Amino acid sequence: MRIAFISDIHANREALDACVAHARRHGVDRWVFLGDLVGYGADPSYVVDKVRELAGDSGVVIKGNHDAAAASGVADSMNEYATAAVIWTYDELDDDARNYLRTLPMTVEEDDRLYVHSDATRPDEWRYVADAPSAERSLRATEKRLTFCGHIHVPQLYHMAPQKPAVGFKPQNGAPVPLVASRKWLMVQGAVGQPRDHNPAAAYGLLDVKRNEMSYMRVPYDIEGAARKIHAAGLPQLLAARLFIGR
Amino acid sequence: MNKMEVTPGEVIDGYLIGEQLHVGGMAIIFRATHPDIPGPVLFKVPKILDGDDPTVIVGFEMEMMILPRLSGVHVPKVYSVGDYASRPYIAMEFVQGDTLYPTFERSPLPPMEVVAIGLKVATALIDLHKQKVIHHDIKPSNIMIRESGEACFIDFGLSRNREMPDLLEAEFRLPMGTAPYISPEQVRQNRADPRSDIFSLGVLLYHLATGERPFGAPRSQQALKTRLWRDPVPPRKIRKDIPPFLQEIILRCLEVDPARRFQTPARLAFALQNPDAVLLTGRAARMNRDGIVTALRRWLRVRALPPPEPQAYAPNSGSIVLVAVNLDEEFEYLAEAVRVHTERVLTSSGDVRLACVNVLKLSSVFVHDPFDSEGRNIHVQRLVELKDWARPLGLATDKISFHVLEHMDTAEAILEFAEKNHADQIVVGARGRSQMRRFLGSVASQVAARASCTVTLVRATDPRSIKQEANAA
Repeated sequence: MRIAFISDIHANREALDACVAHARRHGVDRWVFLGDLVGYGADPSYVVDKVRELAGDSGVVIKGNHDAAAASGVADSMNEYATAAVIWTYDELDDDARNYLRTLPMTVEEDDRLYVHSDATRPDEWRYVADAPSAERSLRATEKRLTFCGHIHVPQLYHMAPQKPAVGFKPQNGAPVPLVASRKWLMVQGAVGQPRDHNPAAAYGLLDVKRNEMSYMRVPYDIEGAARKIHAAGLPQLLAARLFIGR
Repeated sequence: MNKMEVTPGEVIDGYLIGEQLHVGGMAIIFRATHPDIPGPVLFKVPKILDGDDPTVIVGFEMEMMILPRLSGVHVPKVYSVGDYASRPYIAMEFVQGDTLYPTFERSPLPPMEVVAIGLKVATALIDLHKQKVIHHDIKPSNIMIRESGEACFIDFGLSRNREMPDLLEAEFRLPMGTAPYISPEQVRQNRADPRSDIFSLGVLLYHLATGERPFGAPRSQQALKTRLWRDPVPPRKIRKDIPPFLQEIILRCLEVDPARRFQTPARLAFALQNPDAVLLTGRAARMNRDGIVTALRRWLRVRALPPPEPQAYAPNSGSIVLVAVNLDEEFEYLAEAVRVHTERVLTSSGDVRLACVNVLKLSSVFVHDPFDSEGRNIHVQRLVELKDWARPLGLATDKISFHVLEHMDTAEAILEFAEKNHADQIVVGARGRSQMRRFLGSVASQVAARASCTVTLVRATDPRSIKQEANAA
């Protein structure tokens, strides 16, 4: 079985479609969405519909902080750009989509895996997994061997042996990493719809369950198209500009 | 808890465990058989002392990560890997042959035998480094020589794959390696430099050539550091029959600063195969170690060194470019175009070693006359012309070499040379574009079609054809 981990789509239709096509070519048969389906981008309704369709009955969709905010129209402690996007997105979505986002789970556990949008210690606080200490905190909060999260928009991999501190590793594009069984692993996914690691290509992850290997993928997509729509929607221009430089 | 013990007669995942063959520092090795695999299987399990010794466990994990993803004749083929949590093992090809260990018992060996062994190991290293793996424990007992002749590495417990997390580096604060062979940067806990393997191979060659170890067998952390400032006794002081070129090669491998060693195993293999192309420096002539004052000065410098920085892995540095030059007078215009392009390659590629090749075509029917009408040796004459062709490139003598190949088939000669010397690129001139050439296949097109490396075809217009066209008009 191959699972695609799609995180932080942020209503970027072009990026999502590119990643889905790429993942299908790589034989993905299961989809896990790690939150922040909407916010920032100009296609929230399309993305919600597409995610629901892909997830079907067997897939998993986790709630992100932007999903929670867009569902209620209330943007607590977000910056002005994010707040503007939340309000715009709330108006753009219909009741059904807002209700769907509102009822998404915060975490899902499955076999030896935990899915969560941010740090697993207190998922509703939306803390970033940004470095080895925060990764260790998150890893110690779960019994599961593998944790998959997003939220920070920078792909990273952490591993931790029993009674040892967690250690970070910058994954290489497309190179499979064997997740050896004697330690715990935390896979922070990059963002599909708004990468912030200075690489503008859309990022997603691929787990080969049988081979126990994780690959980090980068997929080029039509940034101009996504940016044009952000402009046309009257969203803050910065949200379009940052897509080109990936930060 | 993990089930680590294995007993002969037991069946694990279809493998029938046979006799115990070897107990190493990190692992125990059994002979095994499997109904789907012809011949014996080597079954390796971690050796667990008193519950768990962390380096053993992590080393075995690393081997389970790295080895199954390698391929080719220079590594054992892996059949399957057990689940680490429940039953860790690696079932792999039972490589027929001996390790280099018995060969070491016979050292010192004749210099040409040392060169031949060095070439086998360097060739295996080329393949390993291409697969993004640094071995980090090159030593005689970790190298098998297959019955077919190739060297094959057999232990990857200290290895590092550039694209995978380095679990060893992450967890341990001590240098890891085998004391006599460990490189200075490994002593300083930098595991990111592939040139560490070149150093260890240098230790191996030194030992084979002299019968002695260049840095002894240190038993303490402090003693390990000696190699950072104390140079080894020059091999020729120990054995007079070691040729200067071999001393040059060995001492270059053993340079403390990785930037002063051969930058890639392909460069080392090139030197071993082309002794004439080895530039002899002060290293070749050295008959004594540096004086104590020089050594102490180095010791002071080493003490002041900052902690090692992880160095970038640069698989593209140190490439070998083969340029095939046609020296016939009627193709002078083409030879010039090839040189212009070669200059372009040199300026854009950084550290390049250039091998200039000319093929002296032998007749398949007539006996080859080594002398021309003026009684000059044709081979020597070609070398002279080749050097003259390359002079405008202005390359230092350690960056260029000249080879006149005698062969009945020009394309074949170029291809064989490129293969043997692990060239990264071939630059070759393409003559005309006539119908006839299309049917018969030119040298350039044959080279382009069959080479396993990058090939650049250089085209130029024959000035005579321009003249002819002008006359016709």
